[in-house]
Amino acid sequence: MSGSTSGRSCGRRPRTTDPGVIDEPTRRLDEGALRVLVPRVLAGLVRRGEDFDAAEDALQEALLEALRVWPDHPPRDPRAWLATVATRRLVDARRSEAARHRREEATYAELQPAATEEGDDTLFLLFCCCHPDLAPASQVALTLRAVGGLTTREIADAFYVPEATMAQRISRAKRALRGRRLDQPGDLAVVLRVLYLVYTAGHAGRVDLAGEAIRLGRQLTLATEEPEARGLLALMLLNHARLAARFDAEGRIVTLDRQDRVLWDTREIAEGVRVLQSALTARRPGRYQIEAAIAALHDDAASAEETDWPQILAWYDDLVALTDDPVRQDPAAVLGRAVAVGHVRGPAAGLRETDRLREVIGDRHRWHAVRGHLHELAGDLPAAATAYAEAARRATNVAERDHLVRQAARARAAD
Amino acid sequence: MPKYLLLKHYRGGPEPHHPFPPMDQWAPEDVEAHMAFLKNVRELLRENGEYVDAQALTPERTWVRYGGTDAAPVTTDGPHPETSDLIAGWYMIDVDSYERALEVAAYVSSEPGPGGEPLYEWIDVREVMWEAPSND
Repeated sequence: MSGSTSGRSCGRRPRTTDPGVIDEPTRRLDEGALRVLVPRVLAGLVRRGEDFDAAEDALQEALLEALRVWPDHPPRDPRAWLATVATRRLVDARRSEAARHRREEATYAELQPAATEEGDDTLFLLFCCCHPDLAPASQVALTLRAVGGLTTREIADAFYVPEATMAQRISRAKRALRGRRLDQPGDLAVVLRVLYLVYTAGHAGRVDLAGEAIRLGRQLTLATEEPEARGLLALMLLNHARLAARFDAEGRIVTLDRQDRVLWDTREIAEGVRVLQSALTARRPGRYQIEAAIAALHDDAASAEETDWPQILAWYDDLVALTDDPVRQDPAAVLGRAVAVGHVRGPAAGLRETDRLREVIGDRHRWHAVRGHLHELAGDLPAAATAYAEAARRATNVAERDHLVRQAARARAAD
Repeated sequence: MPKYLLLKHYRGGPEPHHPFPPMDQWAPEDVEAHMAFLKNVRELLRENGEYVDAQALTPERTWVRYGGTDAAPVTTDGPHPETSDLIAGWYMIDVDSYERALEVAAYVSSEPGPGGEPLYEWIDVREVMWEAPSND
């Protein structure tokens, strides 16, 4: 299969691999490279004992300064430049505070670049931004800004809220971190969940959040051996690989079984499989690794008919076995498994599986959509049309709603 | 992060908690308190980083439809049955959960009415659809 990426709509320019190097010959400011430096510089400041809130503000000012100054005067060492300017801002802020409060002023030694690896910095900052005391929306916003280096405006655009609202959300989150000890290892499970939230938010505004989540996921795997971190990265890569095929030219959803597999990104699939394999060698499977394995099996099929449903079902068995009461604790996994059951043991068996979920997610569009699919597999088009129509009524986004309405109309017309 | 529209109505909706006269018949200080409360809701939502939009609509309504080829739009301004819904305005919020949306709506509904007593107004909570599908 020959992969093509020409149809992909990744908003960002490719980044240089070495964040320390600004493209000298063209003297153009590479925003991507600049953004990679953000977590490193910020982590250095916070580790040195600066308040997270103040340090982040100071770094934002330094970044603005960089955008102004660097095009004409590119620094030799961008990271040191940013750290120095941010430190100067911090000292200035402290001075004016000191003048007001007659507080003793701290003196600063010449800045020593922190002797840590990039991955450590990223992990450290992710733990700060994904502090369990913060609400999910705050964790996401803070992560995108402090680790991802996105501007408040970009994050606001991505989530369709006013910039002032996003600014407020970020500053509240930073205030909430004030006084917290940030030198303890945080909760990796929360970090993974936040990155997956960023990933699933997908493309919105000018920011490719999915691409951003993958970039952060890659950085995270440099910093931790935890197989679930690699499982998450693999899952994102293996799903993202199908992005170009998921919509047609008019922006309509194309379901997996109808996608033009030539459009799948084979390079991303290969990376995803490699990352997944390295995760699985630890023999500590978790939900991200299992979901990645399922995605890999889909990606591996040259056509929908060649999908290895028995293998997929086996992985779903493992997935639902992760919780004591999967129907209540992980209905999404049970629903995914019902589709696999439908393909392996027949649609009637699949529908029986969905019956168990009626009480828990019977009011969700996905439950009805899956039943529509299973009815269609069984050749019961009127039941499929009814289920798709029910699903359409409950959809929470326009693209899916439109897709389900078309499915319903198609099933009814074919009957 | 789901978005919700919290709709306030001039009329329509479930049976009111208790009857109250139109606002132009309230004591002036009750009107002031009511408006100050609603302004404060907006500030609170901004402060929380949950605010997206807030608008008020005039009660005037015109129904309009296509008039056919080369014909002017057809309009009608009534009469409408007194029971028909008439939206007065909305808050659009961006919150962590459906439960939080209900909490905010209930707070809006506690707005002071005549004598400073809560109005217990019914608020119509509607989820806003995303344009793009999620990436899962």
